[in-house]
Amino acid sequence: MTDRMLVRSLALRSELALRRPAKTPWQLALYRFRQRKVAVWGTFVLLVLALMAIFAPLIAPYDPNLIDLAGGTKGGRPLPPSSTHWLGTDYLGRDYFSRIIYGARISLSVGFIAMGIAISIGAVLGGVAGYLGGSVDNLIMRITDVMLCIPQFFLILTVQSMTKPSIYNVMAVIGLTGWATIARVVRAEVLSLKARDYVMAARSLGASSTRIIFRHLLPNTMGPMIVAASLRVPGAILTESGLSFLGLGVQPPQASWGNMLQGSTKYLGTAWWMVFWPGLFISLAVTSFNFLGDGLRDALDPRALR
Amino acid sequence: MLRYISRRLLAMIPLLLAISLISFILIRVAPGDPIITYEDPRGGHDLSPEELNKLYEKLGLNDPLYVQYWRWLQNVLRGNLGYSLTTKRPVMEMIAQRVPNTLRLTVVALITTLLLAIPLGVISGRYQNSLFDQVVSAITFVGFSLPNFWLALMLIYIFGVGLKWLPIMGMAPAGQGSFWTTVKYMVLPVTTFVLVDVGGWMRYQRAGVIEAMQEDYTRTARAKGLPERVVFFRHVWRNALLPIVTFLGLSLSSLIGGSFLVEFVFAWPGMGRLGVEAALARDYTVVMAVTMLSSLLVMIGNLVADITYALVDPRIRYD
Repeated sequence: MTDRMLVRSLALRSELALRRPAKTPWQLALYRFRQRKVAVWGTFVLLVLALMAIFAPLIAPYDPNLIDLAGGTKGGRPLPPSSTHWLGTDYLGRDYFSRIIYGARISLSVGFIAMGIAISIGAVLGGVAGYLGGSVDNLIMRITDVMLCIPQFFLILTVQSMTKPSIYNVMAVIGLTGWATIARVVRAEVLSLKARDYVMAARSLGASSTRIIFRHLLPNTMGPMIVAASLRVPGAILTESGLSFLGLGVQPPQASWGNMLQGSTKYLGTAWWMVFWPGLFISLAVTSFNFLGDGLRDALDPRALR
Repeated sequence: MLRYISRRLLAMIPLLLAISLISFILIRVAPGDPIITYEDPRGGHDLSPEELNKLYEKLGLNDPLYVQYWRWLQNVLRGNLGYSLTTKRPVMEMIAQRVPNTLRLTVVALITTLLLAIPLGVISGRYQNSLFDQVVSAITFVGFSLPNFWLALMLIYIFGVGLKWLPIMGMAPAGQGSFWTTVKYMVLPVTTFVLVDVGGWMRYQRAGVIEAMQEDYTRTARAKGLPERVVFFRHVWRNALLPIVTFLGLSLSSLIGGSFLVEFVFAWPGMGRLGVEAALARDYTVVMAVTMLSSLLVMIGNLVADITYALVDPRIRYD
């Protein structure tokens, strides 16, 4: 940037600052977020998917689990997309569009709840480790190391194969194995925050460690935490889809985008739509989440290198 | 340096013990029962309670958990990973057989990925925010958001089922068929890996270039009148390669471990598929071995990354 450009942009900035009232950090973050077009698009797509999931019964033209061999199949073969079945049907004559819509409920909620579990554990452990330091920190960080070394997907796969797979198991297992990176992020953040004056002030007023961690430190790690959270959700959705694809995740007849792909290698030659649509929706949701997370990182954690 | 390496290696021991203990407990405490699949890989068995008990006794499953763990640990330290419950072959032998198959895929995929990602990343970083940068970034971003197993299925559909150019799954048997047959079987799995991975590598390279271009030494190089070509390749790019070298170390575990889902889709007889099959069949000796091997590889990969970083970047010293 040349000097003249710099002067001009500074002048422009101060002019803008004069014209508008001062912005709060959150307004600034929102401004930075809106600068990233793809992030806004990602958010838009996610909102559409979320509305689709919430209002599934109103949108879905058919009962997603309604087996209709007579009308929905042609001599036992699934029907390709048409005006009656927009995305086609499967081998049991179930309407694929309706199953995709109901599948959104399962896939998105697995993503969010697994993320919620991971964030809660990660934030508490990271906060405690960072604030207390010493042997507690050492212990928690060693556990974190262990969690980071174990191959997560394989661990989940193993646990799921040992227990009776269900949607709740999937959420719990993904959440319980995914907190390690978040604990590290939060701990690093807390380490730099705990030397601040307001922590000193709180401590000198006699606040307990619990209060300092939960009321003063963790709320201030919100930015990096939201970023980490938004990047956790797509990972959880992908993990769920992989598990369900192998038959170890959400169990049929309940539809999830992943389990609609289960056994789909067999249908590739005869019914491409049965393989294409669920994967397309997974990709759409995951891409949007990644764009959203990227935008949030720009908005909330401007120091991070993209 | 040697002291640093030996200290790091020593630090792995308690970590590995903790991992083995956790996975052992997880696998054995879970309500599933390895015996269920012992006789018949598809599920049920027709053993009477007495026979079942005899089998438990034979496999040592009646002993308390800590005795079982201790026995397992002793065996592993003697280099015996146990026997698979489904194939009844030594686990070590099964792994030794699978690793070369996985390496064949992952090494080719990694080289292809780097050959694509490095030039793309360099150009994107050099011309940051240009149309090229934006298009490539968007495409690679979508690439690593795709579920890899679905991408594999779609590639099979297009090139295997539709166009019939390539075989849809499996691996050319070793020692049979020409070089081209071998290659044909590898094209689709390798493409899957490349499409998913290229985005990440490209972004590291891009970030490295952008960072190096803002460094003082780059400004100095320009200021002393070096031609732009020299500034870019000798000063910027060389430094921008450092993060790539580090990430090579970190990718060690996926090089040998392969991909669970992609190998499963392509029925590729590698480590990843071994893991999935073992998990599905509750073959817990194999599951333990795969877990321990992957964890060990992650640790060694981290160490290799740190060491190479110090080797290629003289500013970093360990002692």
